[in-house]
Amino acid sequence: MRSAALSAADAEAFASAPAPKRPVRWHILVFLAPAASIYTVVMLLPLVESLWLSFFTTGADRSVVFTGLGNYARLLLDPTWARFFWNALRNNLIFFAINMAVQNPIGILLAALLSLPKLRGRGFYRTAFFLPTMLSFVIVGFVWRLLLSPTWGVAKSFLSFFGLGAWFEPWLGQSSTALITLSLISVWQFVGIPMMLVHAALLIIPDELIEAAESEGIVGFAQFFKVKLPLIWPSIGIVSMLTFVGNFNAFDLVFISQGSNAGPDYSTDLLGTLLYRSYFGAGTQIGDPYMGATVAGVMFAIIFGGVALYLITIQRRIAYYSF
Amino acid sequence: MSVIVGARSSIVRSAFVHIVLIVYTIIALIPAIVVLVNSFKSRRAIFGSPMSLPTPDTFSLIGYQRVFERGNFLLYFENSVIVTLVSLALIIVFGAMAAFALSEYEFRGHRALGLYLVLGVMIPIRLGTVGIVKLMASAGLSDTLTALILVYTAQGLPLAIYILAEFMRGVSADLKSAARIDGLSEYSILFFVVMPLIRPAIATIVVFTMIPIWNDLWFPLVLAPGERTRTITIGAQSFVGQFLTDWNAVLAALSLAILPVLVLYLAFSRQLIRGLTAGAVK
Amino acid sequence: MSRWNGLAIVGAALIAMGLSIPARATDLIIESWRNDDLAIWQDKIIPVFEAKHPDIKVTFSPYAPREYDAALNVKLKAGTAGDLITCRPFDLSLKLFNDGQLAPLNDLPGIDNFTKLAKAAWTTDDGKTTFCVPMAAVIHGFFYNKAIFKKLNLEPPQTMDEFFAVLDKVKKDGEYTPLVLGTADQWDSAYMGYQNIGPSYWQGENGRLGLLDGSQKLTDPQFVEPFKVLARWGQYMGDGYSARTYADSQNLFTLGKGAIYPTGSWETATFRSQADFDLGIFPPPRPKAGDQCFINDHPDIGLGLNPASKNAAAARVFLEWLTTPEFAEIYANQLPGFFPLQSAEVKLTDPLAQQFASWRKDCKSSFRSFYQILSRGTPSEDSESWVLTANVINGVTTPEQASERLENDLKGWYAPHKK
Repeated sequence: MRSAALSAADAEAFASAPAPKRPVRWHILVFLAPAASIYTVVMLLPLVESLWLSFFTTGADRSVVFTGLGNYARLLLDPTWARFFWNALRNNLIFFAINMAVQNPIGILLAALLSLPKLRGRGFYRTAFFLPTMLSFVIVGFVWRLLLSPTWGVAKSFLSFFGLGAWFEPWLGQSSTALITLSLISVWQFVGIPMMLVHAALLIIPDELIEAAESEGIVGFAQFFKVKLPLIWPSIGIVSMLTFVGNFNAFDLVFISQGSNAGPDYSTDLLGTLLYRSYFGAGTQIGDPYMGATVAGVMFAIIFGGVALYLITIQRRIAYYSF
Repeated sequence: MSVIVGARSSIVRSAFVHIVLIVYTIIALIPAIVVLVNSFKSRRAIFGSPMSLPTPDTFSLIGYQRVFERGNFLLYFENSVIVTLVSLALIIVFGAMAAFALSEYEFRGHRALGLYLVLGVMIPIRLGTVGIVKLMASAGLSDTLTALILVYTAQGLPLAIYILAEFMRGVSADLKSAARIDGLSEYSILFFVVMPLIRPAIATIVVFTMIPIWNDLWFPLVLAPGERTRTITIGAQSFVGQFLTDWNAVLAALSLAILPVLVLYLAFSRQLIRGLTAGAVK
Repeated sequence: MSRWNGLAIVGAALIAMGLSIPARATDLIIESWRNDDLAIWQDKIIPVFEAKHPDIKVTFSPYAPREYDAALNVKLKAGTAGDLITCRPFDLSLKLFNDGQLAPLNDLPGIDNFTKLAKAAWTTDDGKTTFCVPMAAVIHGFFYNKAIFKKLNLEPPQTMDEFFAVLDKVKKDGEYTPLVLGTADQWDSAYMGYQNIGPSYWQGENGRLGLLDGSQKLTDPQFVEPFKVLARWGQYMGDGYSARTYADSQNLFTLGKGAIYPTGSWETATFRSQADFDLGIFPPPRPKAGDQCFINDHPDIGLGLNPASKNAAAARVFLEWLTTPEFAEIYANQLPGFFPLQSAEVKLTDPLAQQFASWRKDCKSSFRSFYQILSRGTPSEDSESWVLTANVINGVTTPEQASERLENDLKGWYAPHKK
């Protein structure tokens, strides 16, 4: 039977050892196994398999034929497919640009206002601003369609109230305005996320820093731009990255609002809707799983490439401040 | 201008701020309010005067009636709840376990493994739809809630692991050593010592992960479209016919779908802010 | 009580129960996109069948129409689809058959209650194998608000010129939208615009078959004319029609704000329940007085058997019932506007349905021109026609451009048009 009392040296050695170093540390395996296996089996392997499918196509007698990069060539170069692909890519870039230009600045503005000291009703405002993010795409698409519908005249009456009735147009029905309108609806829906994250980042900034700035006479806008903004760049960086990934994966809003044909005249077609249409078909168009997989492959390359680019170039240059 | 350069307690400045906030509050809330208000009106009133409140003439509960009679709304609701809660539980538990292993121990390849797991944050799981459908089919899990749960768990793990690992690094090492001296197993240390200390992080994960799971349209559609496994988002669509849409029921169904998310959010929002401000995302 | 006595009693009870439990009912599931019909099936159609066959229980399980094809696809691949599959006409179902996901039904008793033409939508190209039981066809036409017509002293138009004259009068009056149609959903422009008035220009089957064998091209005048007519429709469709969905159109018309609604017989039941004015219908106006009239009489819904079904025998019993006049009568009268395809005559009770059906006597029937074979490739002509028709009405594409694009698309993959 071991003595219950250990020498001081023993106790110290025991206390500072990170874990029992003896045989295999089974618990590490146990801890990692469930997450790693679900993640690998359900997320990564299917992705690889889907991408693998993109190297095949249907042969003459309905057999499966290896075609290398043939599908990719078709998608990017053959007019039948390419016109949809390049259109979708262009639309996606516009969608992303609008989100970055509108969503993040508004989010930052709201966050800045919410972080003002002694703000009354902060919790209420926060919940209100976050509510759109909690809504499903079905609600968002449906309601905005209704509000903007020329038949029911809600938006029109609203504008008329301010004497701007002539400005009203069936925005969702015109190729020139449909994409922008949907982008703004998407901004409306997701502004809650940058708002929350930047808000939190602002709350972390120690009071002493703010007080020091104020004692030097830096207040208001100047204070925001000179003191607060540099400290929240990392959050803005992460938000930008998440926006990028989200936007290039976007599908639901367009599907609910415009259908899988992404009308009018494919003006709202994004890579996500192109993927759906390619894989599942639309109306009488029969789907092609191989081209669907090809679209997915290209989307993956774009998203991955974009994020990698971001991490390599920008992320390095953001200074992290810790308190 | 005294509005910009002024003492902190300028009333004008404060009013200005509130005006901006209120304007945006209206913009943010109007659509949900429109859905909610119209769900209590008759069809004629919904389309005759969409922006007006229900009057004694136009007030109607027919939408809600139909939702509960026709279709299995309670079933869809139940399915959504089961899928969301079980996925959340698995994400938190498995995520915490992996995060703990990554943040607590040194072992060969732990950095690479960490990167591998967190990489998933950038990968949109939908791109693998084709593969996932086949996987579930061959595992005999097509049209089951289990398939959905597995997919959402896989989707939520990377972000959860990232956030939890960050937080766990902040838990004092002395506390853990003391626990070891007391003879607690590693498992007990994780679940009874560390987890309770990082509640804000858990709350953060719950809020951010719950919303996309509850509202998801895609995977319930391709993995579990059968009647018995339908979720609310798909269920609300059951009132949308080929040529005839039961507007009252659709609006009622959508209104009902907002509630749980809102409730969960309110319950967790305090912890959420604490989690965010404690540096979950820097 | 001793343990053995207890067990004996329980055992006896179980045996008694086993003897009295009726044979387990077979459960059949019908997959469909007809959310609209759920109530009718549950309350009026299925009970009749179950009364005759108490050992078979049938469940009608529809999805939202937009999601049906994708969801069905997935379920069939995974082997979890229902026993009976509602078939879309032509290639969409032909593909399922070719993939082995629909069973051949040549040997189904009663399958000969349908003419060859009726079965065309659900038979292989060589005409030899049928794989779905035809259930219903729909007829395209024009609904109008009798009250508005009376007020403005209008008569249902017979020719295109009269049609535009009527529209002009309504537009001049200014209170109502002359033509209720939107281009946001696109399919309504294509089916209720181009495919509605089109057959009158391309002589129905004559034109359609001409396209199939390559003797006629989409750039020929008979196919361009309908687009030219459609290009004139925009000015009568009211404000903001480019953002008007099909549902908006329905509401606009049934709330009495529009005069004429190009649509199909399927709206008969819906409009009856939602409109509080007198409904009238008229067939597509002829290009010139004295022309033969043509209607778009489109086979729309069939029901097929999932070969992987575990209850194939019971499913066949149900399918057989579908070929009987009894079913035809129930279906036609519960869902007025959907016309059964059986050769035998069916007594229709709804006056509008009767009127629609009467057109078949004077007018020659055809169906949507792009549905058979012409949508098999990429791009599918039918899908392209959705976008192009909407564009023509919106004024974004000219009739000539639209026809050219359609013809070029077809040239790309359809041999008879490559020469």
